[in-house]
Order: sequence, then structure tokens, then C-alpha cells
Amino acid sequence: MTTDIQGHATGDSKLRDPRIRAVIYQIIVITIIVLFAWYVAHNTIVNLDKRGIASGFGFLSQPAGFGIGIVLLMDYSSQASTHLDVLIIGIINTLAVSLAGIVFATIIGFIFGVLRLSKNWVVSKIATVYIEVVRNIPLLVQLMFWYFAVLSTMPLVGDSIKFGENVYINNRGVNFPAVIPSSGFWVIPVALLIAIVLSIGIRNWAHKRQDLTGQIFPVFLTSLGLIIILPVLAAVVMGFPFNISYPDFGRFSINGGWSLEPEFLALLFGLSIYTGAFIAEIVRSGINSVSHGQTEAAHSLGIRPSMTMRLVILPQALRVIVPPLTSQYLNLVKNSSLATAIGYADITALFAGTSLNQTGQAIECILITMLFYLAISLLISMFMNWYNKRIALVER
Amino acid sequence: MKIASFIAVAATATLMATAATAGTLDDVKAKGFIQCGVTTGLAGFAAPDNAGKWVGFDVDICRAMAAAIFADPEKVKYTPTTAKERFTALQSGEIDVLARNTTWTFSRDVNLGFEFAGVNYYDGQGFMVKKSLGVKSALELSGARVCVQSGTTTELNLADYFTANGMKYDSVVFDSADEVREAYLKDTCDVYTTDQSGLYAQRSVIANPEEHVVLPEVISKEPLGPLVRHGDNQWGDITRWTLNAMINAEEYNITSANVDDLKANSKDPNIQRILGVSGDLGQQMGLSNDWAYNIVKMVGNYGESFARNLGEGTALNIARGLNAQWNKGGILYAPPLR
Repeated sequence: MTTDIQGHATGDSKLRDPRIRAVIYQIIVITIIVLFAWYVAHNTIVNLDKRGIASGFGFLSQPAGFGIGIVLLMDYSSQASTHLDVLIIGIINTLAVSLAGIVFATIIGFIFGVLRLSKNWVVSKIATVYIEVVRNIPLLVQLMFWYFAVLSTMPLVGDSIKFGENVYINNRGVNFPAVIPSSGFWVIPVALLIAIVLSIGIRNWAHKRQDLTGQIFPVFLTSLGLIIILPVLAAVVMGFPFNISYPDFGRFSINGGWSLEPEFLALLFGLSIYTGAFIAEIVRSGINSVSHGQTEAAHSLGIRPSMTMRLVILPQALRVIVPPLTSQYLNLVKNSSLATAIGYADITALFAGTSLNQTGQAIECILITMLFYLAISLLISMFMNWYNKRIALVER
Repeated sequence: MKIASFIAVAATATLMATAATAGTLDDVKAKGFIQCGVTTGLAGFAAPDNAGKWVGFDVDICRAMAAAIFADPEKVKYTPTTAKERFTALQSGEIDVLARNTTWTFSRDVNLGFEFAGVNYYDGQGFMVKKSLGVKSALELSGARVCVQSGTTTELNLADYFTANGMKYDSVVFDSADEVREAYLKDTCDVYTTDQSGLYAQRSVIANPEEHVVLPEVISKEPLGPLVRHGDNQWGDITRWTLNAMINAEEYNITSANVDDLKANSKDPNIQRILGVSGDLGQQMGLSNDWAYNIVKMVGNYGESFARNLGEGTALNIARGLNAQWNKGGILYAPPLR
């Protein structure tokens, strides 16, 4: 405000008005950015043109022509499928390993975060050693370790470790029986969906009843029962609408059944264990941030220790845990691009790797890949922000 | 005023970007060395020796070009590239020439904006398996897990071959040849596929080479050769004729041992033209007339380079086969230097 008065006092130039100057500076900055972007784009186009490199996204509809090791949820043939299919497979593979990784990393992180606070000396030291060792070794090295040192040195296919009759573990991964749907199979997932919806309904009803009467309803056991019984019932009613395909030994590998490839397993182990260590530290700091008085207060009200953790400590700790947890999830998704080092067919290895190389469309391929990671990271951030808001302290 | 001057700067910079197309030869001469893209390490073709110096059959192409331009084969800097990185490195101008057992194909020549200078090794894709599997033919490989390097024609040929023969396979794709070999040796896959020269090169560095067998089938044509960017014809000519000079020198029996003698005494007009005694072939390309003499004197002819890096007596022990001269049962046939 004082400058305003000064500007008014001299009165000779509008340029001395700080508000106008601020606007001018912003215009200059924006102009510089726009000019720079235009310059880069122009330069790129000119140079591409000069070197006779075709640009555009037409290559997406060209046949891919190469084989892919891991294809989920899609039909892929090297002759008929296009680079667009390759992109979709790459996205599915990245999402598969990322989502599985997030689930396992969270479980590992919460378990070890709590264990590190254990009063038992051995248990807390084991957790400390795990966290400190894993956090301080580069992820790429850990992936190499899992792939080349652990999974590759499993027994050969012929000497597979057997679990029961039909589960085999060998250096080509894990083989287990597959469920092949036949007609009428759709009833089973529908039954599962109904069971889940019912469980949510029961939970809400039980909450209300507890608020009104104080009586506790065994929600967890009821839901578990529903989720198991309804699909089984559906299967029995429809006369088991599926076939089981068992793994059997072919000339080279095990055929039939489902298998988890060692590339996938190595990446999953590496990502979950690495990120889990960071999450463990976040969980520990979150729990530590809740004043010990809360625990004592809960105990003095006669609440059992496990209930104290679940109902008193964790809800408060989550407010501290969730924001840094989000960035760990983002890290995990982005780190999954290291897959290319151990031969897992993720979007970076497939699309920004093989497709880019076979078509030469470097800018387009990298652009699409970057947009994918950006989109997925923003989606995770949005979800976590929503969750964070839901658990945040509601001030009255 | 600031804006005006910035626009001026930006406009000048943009104009400079479009105008900065001086010939590669001038650029190379100005910086004093050739930036040459090679493999990250493939025994016999391009790999550092015990002293850390790059040696190999592809490295010799770069050395020959340096000999032709600078009369000094050491004026080369090497950029190791994976199969995946190599084209971007060349497109972006990071390297001046790519001599990296790269297959000459239509799409690479036309769509990627490259110019292939010729073929320095006629190759074909093959399969290597462990002897203990008892496989005698590639047609028995249905259901196998195949290790392959990413971003190669190998990946495409593999898919074509298995589809054409109605066989199934699982591919495991790695970035570098060393990772592929490691995975194959750890038995993560049954089959290692790449160009046969690459299979021999990899087998030569395995602990027990006799336990592995290269299957007889050759499933593709793989003409390997050096390449440069589209659009600089002079630089393309220098690369092409460096290779052709090495091949021609072998055809006329000019070796690093007898080249001085031939230059002084030979009456053969072909040899005189190659060695710059008569004519001005070198000058027409913007080089000195003794360019080919320097190549043969300092690096050797095609046959010498082959024998030194790949031939019988080396760890790779590859026969000349297709890569013999056209008049010795091969298909190596360089256009005449005249």
C-alpha cells in the first residue's frame, strides 16, 4: 500500500505502479515460455523434415510383427496385431505389476512399520535391518538380484519343486492349474459382485445399529462367509461351468495351466520389497506422531490393545501417513519402467523400446509413453487426495 | 524493449537451427575425430581389448574412415550403443557413422532416414541351443522359450519363422546382448537367437562352448553394414567408398604388407588408381589422393580385417563363406574404383 501512495505521489508513469509492473512481468515470462516452446517445436519439425523422417501417428495402425512374452487379457499375434495393440498390452502389463506391487508394498510396509515399533527386541531389530538394508540398495541392483541371482537359480523345469499335485516352481516361474471358463461362467463373477454389495450394505446397517443400540455385529465373518458361499453356490447351481487345465511337462517347458513368469515375479518382488521399506518408515513415523496419551486414554477406558491400534491410533496416524504414501505409490508405478532391464514386457520395454525401434517414431512413442505415466500418476494422486480428504480431521 | 530483443534473439536462433547444416565432413574435420557408434560389446565385431582399446571388424570400418580422412586411424571416438539406442543416436547427430552389425532393410533405409553405405558382412539369423536338449533342427523348437535382443530385425524374423511353421514360442526380450547371454546360460530360456555371427561371437566367450550348438537353419537374410544419416551425400560417399576400397584392395591383393611396394612399383592401372598414384579419386570426395593407401596401410584390406577379428585362428573361427570375394566363391563384389 505504501508503494501505491509513492507511485501516486510521483504520478508521472504508470510503469511505477507495482500492479501494472507485475502484469507486465507475467506477460514477459509467458511470452518467453511460448516462444521457447514454439522454437523447440519448430526446430524439431525442421530437423525431422530435413532428415526425411516421417512423423505422425499412422504407425499405430501398422502390424507390429514381433512376439511378446507376456500377454494378458488380449489376443495377440505378431502378424495381425498393430503397434496400438502393443501399446495397450504394454499399458496392461505395467498396470498389472504396478497394482500388484502397490498392494504387496502396502501390506509389507504396514507389517514392518508396526513391527519396528514392537517392544520385542528381536522383532524390532529384524524390521530395522530389513528397512535399512533394502532402502539403501539401488532398485535396479535389487531387480538384477531377484532375477539373475534368485529366480534364475531355481531348479530346472525337470526338477521343479512341487507343491501338492499341480503346482510347480522352477527357474521358468510358477505353474499352477488354470480355470478355463465355459458357457454360463458369468454367473460366478456376478454372484461375487452381489456378495460384495451385500457386505457393504451389512456393514452400513451394522454401523447404524451399533450407534443406536451399542450392539456389535460380526461384520467381517458375515462378509467373508457371503463372499465365499455365494460364488460357490452359483458354481454348484450352474453345474461347475468351467474346466481346469493342469500344467504338464512339454519338451522344453511346462505347458497348460497358468504360469507366473520369472520376469514378472522378479519385478513384483523387487518393487514391493523396495517400496515396502519406505512405506514401513512412513507408517512408523505416522504411528509415532500420535501422542502416547491417546493410547493411555484408550486403555484406561478398557479398550483392548488391538482395538486401540485399529480404532484410536491408526485413524489418527493415517492423516500423517497418506500424503507421503501417495508419493511412494507414484514412485512404484514409475519405477516399474526398470522392467526393461530384466526382460518384463512393460510399456517402456515394449512401446518405447521395441515399437520405437522398429518404426523409428522416437518422438511419438516417447510422447505417448510420457503421457501414459503422467495420466496414471495424476489418477493415483486424485484417488489418494480423495481418500486423504475422507480421513482428514473434520473440525467442528 | 526486452520483448523485442528477445524476439530478435529467438528468431536468430531459429534461423540458425535451420541453417546449421554444414557437411558432416567439415564438422568431423573441425572437431578432429569421427564419432563412431558401435555395439556395447560383441567379441570380434566391436569390443574393448585388455588395454581398453576398441577392436573388431566393425571398429575397423571407423578406423579406416579415420585413416582416409585424417591419415590417422586413432582419430575415432567410440559411442557404445544398444540395439535400441543406435538409431536415435544416429538420427540426433550424436554419432557421425553407425558401424554396428546393423541389418540393411527397406524401412530403416527409407522411413528412418538413413543411408546404408554397403554390406560389410553377409549374415543370417540362427538359433543356438544347449547340446543336452538333443535338438537337431529349428523345426523342433515349438513351445520353447526364446531369448532375444530388443529392437532388432531378429525379433521380427523370429515371429515370422515360428508363425510360418505353425509353431509357438515365448519370447524374453533384453536390451543388451550380454543380458541375453546371461539369461540363456542361466537356462531361463532354451534358445538364443540372433545373427549367426553374433551366436558364434557369444559362444566364443562362454565357459564351455562345446556344450552349445548352433542349429543349421538360417532363417533370414541379414546384410550388415555401416550407415549414416540421409541427406549428406558426400559423407555417405566417403563411408561407402571406404568400405569398397577395403574390399577392392583385397580383390587386387593389396595388403598392409605390400602396399608400399605396390605403390612404388605396380604397373597395374587398377592398383595405381586405388592407391592414388594416378587419377584424383580422393580429391573428388574431398579427401587427399592417398586416402585408400592410408586405409590399407594403417588398417588393412577387407580380408586382413576379417582374418584378424573373425577368421580361423580367432576365438570366433568363422569361415569366409558368403563373405568371400565374388571370384573365390562368395558374394563380396565391390564396384570398381574408377
